[in-house]
Amino acid sequence: MIAQQLATPKLVFQPVLPELTLVAFGIVGMLYEAFARRSDRRLHLLIAVVGLAGAASASFALWHWSGDAYVLGDTVAADRFSVIARIVLLAAALIAALYSTWSAKEEPATYRGELYPLLLFATAGMTLITAANDLIVIFLALETFSLSLYVLTGITGRRRANEAAVKYFLLGAFSSAFFLYGVAMAYGATASTKVTAIATALSGTTGTGSHALALLAMGFLVVGFAFKVSAVPFHMWTPDVYQGAPTPVTAFMSAATKVAAFFALMRVVTVALQPLQLDLTPIVWALAAVSVVGGSILAIAQKDVKRMLAYSSIAHAGFILTGLTNLTSTGIRAAMFYLVVYAATTLGAFGVVLLVERGAKERTGLADYAGLAKTHPAQAAAMTVFLLSLAGIPPTAGFIAKVGVFEAAIAAGHWGLVLVGVLSSVAAAFFYLRVIVQIYMQPAPAGAPVRGEGPANVPEIVVGVLALGLVVLGMFPGVIAGILDKASTLTW
Amino acid sequence: MSGLLTLVRDHLLTLTTFLPLAGVVALVVAGRRLEDGAVRVFALAVALVTFAVSLLVLGHFSSGTPGFQMIEEGWGSTAGLSYFLGVDGISLWLVLLTTFLFPVAILASWAIRTDVRRYFVAVLVLETAVLGSFLALDVLLFFLFFEAILVPMYLLIGGWGGERRVYAAVKFFLFTMAGSAFLLVGALVLASKAGSVVGHPTFDLRELTTVAATLPAGTGRWLFLAFFVAFAVKVPLFPLHTWLPDAHTEAPTAGSVLLAGVLLKVGTYGLIRFNLALFPEASRHFAGFVSVLAVIGIVYGAVCALMQTDVKRLVAYSSVSHLGFVVLGTFVFTQQGMTGGVLQMVNHGLATGALFLLVGMVYERTHTRQLDAMGGLATPMPWLLGAFLFVVLASIGLPGLNGFVGEFLVVVGTFAVSTWFGSVAVLAVVLGAIYLLWSYQRVAHGPVREEHRNLPDVTAREVAILAPVLALLLVLGIFPSLLTRTIDPAAKAVIAHVQPAQPTTDVGATQLASGGGGSP
Repeated sequence: MIAQQLATPKLVFQPVLPELTLVAFGIVGMLYEAFARRSDRRLHLLIAVVGLAGAASASFALWHWSGDAYVLGDTVAADRFSVIARIVLLAAALIAALYSTWSAKEEPATYRGELYPLLLFATAGMTLITAANDLIVIFLALETFSLSLYVLTGITGRRRANEAAVKYFLLGAFSSAFFLYGVAMAYGATASTKVTAIATALSGTTGTGSHALALLAMGFLVVGFAFKVSAVPFHMWTPDVYQGAPTPVTAFMSAATKVAAFFALMRVVTVALQPLQLDLTPIVWALAAVSVVGGSILAIAQKDVKRMLAYSSIAHAGFILTGLTNLTSTGIRAAMFYLVVYAATTLGAFGVVLLVERGAKERTGLADYAGLAKTHPAQAAAMTVFLLSLAGIPPTAGFIAKVGVFEAAIAAGHWGLVLVGVLSSVAAAFFYLRVIVQIYMQPAPAGAPVRGEGPANVPEIVVGVLALGLVVLGMFPGVIAGILDKASTLTW
Repeated sequence: MSGLLTLVRDHLLTLTTFLPLAGVVALVVAGRRLEDGAVRVFALAVALVTFAVSLLVLGHFSSGTPGFQMIEEGWGSTAGLSYFLGVDGISLWLVLLTTFLFPVAILASWAIRTDVRRYFVAVLVLETAVLGSFLALDVLLFFLFFEAILVPMYLLIGGWGGERRVYAAVKFFLFTMAGSAFLLVGALVLASKAGSVVGHPTFDLRELTTVAATLPAGTGRWLFLAFFVAFAVKVPLFPLHTWLPDAHTEAPTAGSVLLAGVLLKVGTYGLIRFNLALFPEASRHFAGFVSVLAVIGIVYGAVCALMQTDVKRLVAYSSVSHLGFVVLGTFVFTQQGMTGGVLQMVNHGLATGALFLLVGMVYERTHTRQLDAMGGLATPMPWLLGAFLFVVLASIGLPGLNGFVGEFLVVVGTFAVSTWFGSVAVLAVVLGAIYLLWSYQRVAHGPVREEHRNLPDVTAREVAILAPVLALLLVLGIFPSLLTRTIDPAAKAVIAHVQPAQPTTDVGATQLASGGGGSP
């Protein structure tokens, strides 16, 4: 008779329709790959694009969602916060699919049809994590996208890629264990795994035994997230994985993992851990400081552009954390804006990396960019925009984003951290400039391929659109700032 | 039609600022279809039209009124950034100096042969960034333009410079960016303080002035230093000047002209516009410290210039010395000092710009910048070296030419406050005469080298470049009141703001100025 005592939650599927769509199309792709004699990359791309488009329209529909704020037994939130994340993630997946298809066309030996369904599964996990309101669901989503990414990292079967995949898997599993342990402790402290319920339970625990347990839970959860967003000192996997993974996958990983993990982190720290703010802020402060300094300084020594961008992504995790030292809607808004800009920038930068490396030759060294302005002027100009945006120099959107997180941190009184941040930006400017020096101020090596007159290929179009968008957004940040305003309040 | 005219008249500042950028868009859209020659002509045309529009600004400017005019306010964002432009008697002349020097610099770049389109794109982007810096009255908007200066200048030095161009370009970029990092933090702190005073975060200079007035003295002083570091690097003040000789020496001619002519002025302008306006108490507190740095810079720059054998480096160090005058004049807080300082900014921009032009022309012929490898050049090129002498005389402050009045006012204004600083400043004027005349002597006189015997004298294009600059040197020397008439009220307003208690010791700077060279 237990069944009668358990209240069965009402099943409302619309808020998870994007994920259901992605998984459905992922399965279609999987079946196609399994049963087709020789799968066609164009058909795979079509399936993926339709799936992503379907998920996107399901997400857009949620913008005006008027039902319950939390559905499926309060495990999933239906708010605008997650809609923003989903749109960004779906766009990133689309770009990654386009990059992969082009890359496979240039280098047919690297083509693996499994890439597309795995990409969709990863995206489904990522979009789910941004809406998850239950630590268990967050964990499931985390594992869903992480497992897909481990495989994607090694999908070409090259030695370096395999090595990266194993490294990523081991350290990722390690961090999952941390996270799961945190979930267990949170349950121990509050008798719930629901983000909102934890917040309510924690409100009255100060000074009790549960408070100590809650602090431990907080520590483990933050460590788990810090792995995923690659904050120092949990960043060790990042450079190897970024360098070893095929460039389209790196592009996707760098943009989407960060967006997904940060959106989940924001929900957990601003809602569930809201009562522990006083204990949490110093941790975020310290993580932010060591990440911006560590990422910027380690990047200086890099000779490989993919590795350099990996360290840069570590520094950017630090900048986003800087904004999150302000755990109000100001900080959330700044971090969201930063994530959107960062995702666009890093997708673009890796797009250029992809164009420069042209397939499997691993032309990703700094010297491979020498004279790019001569041989490929448009790609060079776009790369310049991305590098300036990463460095936070006007008139690119990266500047506005940085000012936003700094403003948020200063509003919370952390001007010391901001000082650390701006000074690290100067150090960081140095290694972004090194690429620009190669592009504009070094002669192209003899026999370097020169861009002919032909029409732009797919990555070139994507990169061009992203670069233009970053400049426009840098001059008129209001375009999306207004939208983010409407999505930055997390209610509970 | 009249609606359009009104629209233009009401947005003259925006138009001036963004015309060069519009030219950039056109250049980028036109792409490779445009021949190199057409690109040059187009860039020159854009710069000339910008100059013409800035003359309209001058026409609409009502001189004699302190405070900002022709204010344009546009969108504001939740983050506090707002579009807010305005011009006063100080920035007016810096804007005109900029729009005047850019066509000159473009003409001087006619010989650029590599990546012509990219070169002029960089130059025009630079013009918009500099003009925006002089006109922005929103601190964050100013910072945006201020940082945007870096990229095109970096590309100009690094792309078309001398042998050690990459080193010089990166050094320039990192020094300036490191300085401006503090400015950004200072501005953000100030804006967040605004939240509790005016109710919302803001970067509006007017609102921030009231906000800053409510801060405790300690906070104000720290913020003053944050702003000060950024501008001190840009000016550059001793001991933050070390990037300048490298940048100047390695930059292409037009790059040096623009760097000395307008970019350094952004630093001194920033000190006046932001440090003095926002932190009057801290400005008084640190005035002695800043003056000492300025005086050290004046003497140190002069002594270093004396020892240089590379003529471009020599002019670069002379800039350190001359800019020290500007800062000294600004921070003695007397009417004459301030007016003289602003005047000196314009004068230095013209004279040093002209010096770099001439050095560039000599270099194009002799392919050396070493003083001991020249000598006797007046024999094959009497006109070019004649122009050189004219500019040298203007630069050392010969009465009747433009350099005199500014330096004189600064010295007078300084003596009114401190005999020591005044005496050292006078000494530096003498040193300036020594190193410039000596270098002229080593270039122009003496035995002419065999390989230099048949060098051609000025070409028609060079005359077109030099004539307007030299004419201005003369005109401003004779009629300094053209400038001081509008600078005076603005300078007076700044002084009154910094030292409200003390009645301004108005000896009549305008009279003094006109006394220097006869009334118009």
